[in-house]
Amino acid sequence: MSLTTQDIERIAHLARIAVTPSDVTDVQAKLAGIFQLIDEMQAVDTRGVEPMSHGLDMVLRLREDAVTETNQRDKFQRNAPAAADGYYLVPKVIE
Amino acid sequence: MSVWNPFATVAETKAALDRKQVSASELAEHYLARAEALNPTLNAYVTLDRDKTLAEARAADARRASGDTAALLGVPVAHKDIYLIDGWRTTCGSRMLENFVAPYTSTVVANMAAAGMVTLGKLNMDEFAMGSSNETSYFGTVKNPWDLTRVPGGSSGGSAAAVAAGLAPASTGTDTGGSIRQPAMFCNLTGLKPTYGICSRYGIIAFASSLDQAGPFARTAEDCALLLNAMAGFDPHDATSLDRPREDYTRNLARPLAGLRIGLPREFFGEGVAPDIARAVDAALDVYRKLGATTVEISLPNVKYSVPAYYVVAPAEASSNLSRFDGVRYGHRAERYDDLLDLYKKSRAEGFGAEVKRRILIGTYVLSHGYYDAYYLQAGKLRRLIAEDFKRAYEVCDLVMGPTAPESAFAFGAKSDDPVKMYLNDIFTICANLTGQPAMSHPCGVDDSGQHVGMHIIGNYLDEARMLNAAHQFQRATDWHTRHPSI
Repeated sequence: MSLTTQDIERIAHLARIAVTPSDVTDVQAKLAGIFQLIDEMQAVDTRGVEPMSHGLDMVLRLREDAVTETNQRDKFQRNAPAAADGYYLVPKVIE
Repeated sequence: MSVWNPFATVAETKAALDRKQVSASELAEHYLARAEALNPTLNAYVTLDRDKTLAEARAADARRASGDTAALLGVPVAHKDIYLIDGWRTTCGSRMLENFVAPYTSTVVANMAAAGMVTLGKLNMDEFAMGSSNETSYFGTVKNPWDLTRVPGGSSGGSAAAVAAGLAPASTGTDTGGSIRQPAMFCNLTGLKPTYGICSRYGIIAFASSLDQAGPFARTAEDCALLLNAMAGFDPHDATSLDRPREDYTRNLARPLAGLRIGLPREFFGEGVAPDIARAVDAALDVYRKLGATTVEISLPNVKYSVPAYYVVAPAEASSNLSRFDGVRYGHRAERYDDLLDLYKKSRAEGFGAEVKRRILIGTYVLSHGYYDAYYLQAGKLRRLIAEDFKRAYEVCDLVMGPTAPESAFAFGAKSDDPVKMYLNDIFTICANLTGQPAMSHPCGVDDSGQHVGMHIIGNYLDEARMLNAAHQFQRATDWHTRHPSI
């Protein structure tokens, strides 16, 4: 399987990563090799095999529906590129 | 304190503290001075903070003076820069988090602090733990202290180099596909990836959540047992943390190995393994046999699909985990952008390096509409088949052994242009992440170029005490682990 430049541009858009035409060429070449490796697994007949999503097949725990965390908004927002009055600032979305 | 040996083990350091031959403050000062002197050459540390470290050391000395007997009180440790520590810059080796100051502390670091350990600093790593050579770090490559022209391994390259060079007696790493075991081999250390769920992932920046696991780097198996005692434990903050009583991983160290059955998968000893690596591993297996163990050939027929399955599962989970870096809540934000979408795209394009972007793109593709069954589901089924191979193997053996990596520490640039070549370096280690089993590497010899060879031990779920017992007995009979670079 090989990815076209259109495929790369589409997945880069889905992943929200800006790419230049030269990025696309480089990524296309590298991903071709990687998918050649990945596609080796298509040779295995896995009909009837239950997929394993997790090493220990555990069941997620439930907990009491109670407040356990305290409000640390100011501390967390100190890492924000732009914040004011408790809000994260982004470019205008609605005209 | 007379002259302190920077290559002392954790057990020796603890004993010296207990006998009051040295204080936590003196130890911290000793390792900080070495780190400050040698880090310009090795680049193992990303962040050193003398004031914070010395304050922690003084607090440990005060705890001891007041009668506190915490297990590792005053023993210094350095942490991979993927562990959040409140108030410390935590970069994950990425420009994205160049200025990120952690607002809380990861459970593993908190557990080690409760046991009395003093943080020496934050260690360099491949960006977001994606790499096998520490060449993808935004903060530059880490040099292998044994040979400055070679890589230390990755992704926990700084963790391995720091301990190997005597800039810390022990360190933490994380292992998603071999990121503790392969650098442990390249730097002649003992490194352990515990059973998935033993160490909390809370506060460790996520790469591939179903594979990531925290573990220790040290000079000996005994040290790894002492460190794991401090690191492990149930944590309600991690949904996949195993709810079970704490155990003492040192409890079986002294047991003789008579009767131990070692399985040797023919898939780990075939083509692809450098002949001089195979020779070193064979010689080490002779030591195990002399110690009373028996070996039996086994087969793990589906293990050859580990690397392909991993390069679906890990990028898929990474693409999801790394979607949080949006240039809004934290992390890098591009200086110029047209609108919100452009802000996301440019911030991520600038903040992530090439390898991280490649893996996000692979993950996005394999999870995208129409491809899920062929990739993610098929990889999940292979995971099951690989786990069943091991289940069958444990009917005839107790531990599985082989080389940790197919070749020893390589030169900078040798594989950095060809991702597939780089990925295949993890061919023996990845299976234990896919299945969740514990696995470790310990020094077992050198190859023809004098580079170190690691013995890879894979154990059944929760069988860390048995693995550490085997490695400890091996280390009592050999001296490979006592060698250190002249630096």
